Amino acid sequence: MTTLSNSVTADTPTFAPAVGGEVRDFFALLKPRVMVLVIFTALVGMVVSDVTVNPVIAAISLLMIAVGAGASGCLNMWWDADIDALMTRTAKRPIPDGRIRPDEALAFGIVLSVGSVLILGLASNWLAAGLLAFTIVFYAVIYSMWLKRATAQNIVIGGAAGALPPVVGQAAVTGHVGLESLILFAIIFIWTPPHFWALALVKSGEYAKAGIPMMPNVAGPDSTRRQIVWYTLLLAPLGLAPVFFGFGGWLYALVGVLGGLGMLAGAVQVFRLRQGESERKAAMGLFAFSILYLFLLFSALLAEQGLGLYRAVVV
Amino acid sequence: MSDLPDGIRPLTPAEAQTRRKRSLAIALTLGALVILFFVLTIAKLGPQVLQRPL
Repeated sequence: MTTLSNSVTADTPTFAPAVGGEVRDFFALLKPRVMVLVIFTALVGMVVSDVTVNPVIAAISLLMIAVGAGASGCLNMWWDADIDALMTRTAKRPIPDGRIRPDEALAFGIVLSVGSVLILGLASNWLAAGLLAFTIVFYAVIYSMWLKRATAQNIVIGGAAGALPPVVGQAAVTGHVGLESLILFAIIFIWTPPHFWALALVKSGEYAKAGIPMMPNVAGPDSTRRQIVWYTLLLAPLGLAPVFFGFGGWLYALVGVLGGLGMLAGAVQVFRLRQGESERKAAMGLFAFSILYLFLLFSALLAEQGLGLYRAVVV
Repeated sequence: MSDLPDGIRPLTPAEAQTRRKRSLAIALTLGALVILFFVLTIAKLGPQVLQRPL
């Protein structure tokens, strides 16, 4: 980074005062699309808790969970700026593109992390705040700084950070961690490997260029395909667990069964098609469907528990 | 006459606008935080906030 000396001479080039990045670039550091997903899953964690809460406190808690998630995304971009610059998917992010300095992003991420945890603690309780702090540290330090560049199991273990928002949401409104949010955690956790590995199969060249040991680069595409099938075989029945534990009704059961079958069909296609364009289409198809699957599962819970559409399934 | 130290050039209009926008965003964020803490305080205290000895 350029630093200014106190002894500037006549032939020293002139420097611009530090201006800093644009507001929209700082917003991009928060990974807004991930934040939306976090708000959504944390909200579902709240509504499945079946407690009456002050809507203002619930809304502020939700906002702080989202800001905390954004902060961890910002810290991730700060740490990964070197490898982001090597991949076309991430090269236009604010830091590798030169629109924001790394030290600005680091300060922004730390301020938002500390602020979101403190305000969540004041608004709801310190268990929720502690869980949010753990989520931020897990994503920014354990996943970004260690696992991502060290092991092919990076997104398997790191997936815990993405799976925690429903747990934080439930803790924020109840003061404890219940079975409901732990089941939602398990669903997102098991969903993460087939979701990311489907993308990694297509982008393995990019990951190899950046030196990231994603599963297709380390164990090979065929082993990755087998593992996608195994994880999906685990995910499809696990997706129905809310029905068996009494907080998923008929609508959820229907979405869970059809979605689970869709995921299995997608995984089998990825396993079968290993050549040319059909291979890419199958992998991207599973990647896109996995997002829809998780969205529909959580939407069904939200509709049943939040809008009163819950009708118990007798099992 | 400029107040800038030697070797530091003045901001271009585009840079000045970027800095202005960022300052405005920081001001709005601080204002939002004030409102957030006020609303949170009222929500936590509940109706008791109106019960005080006169």
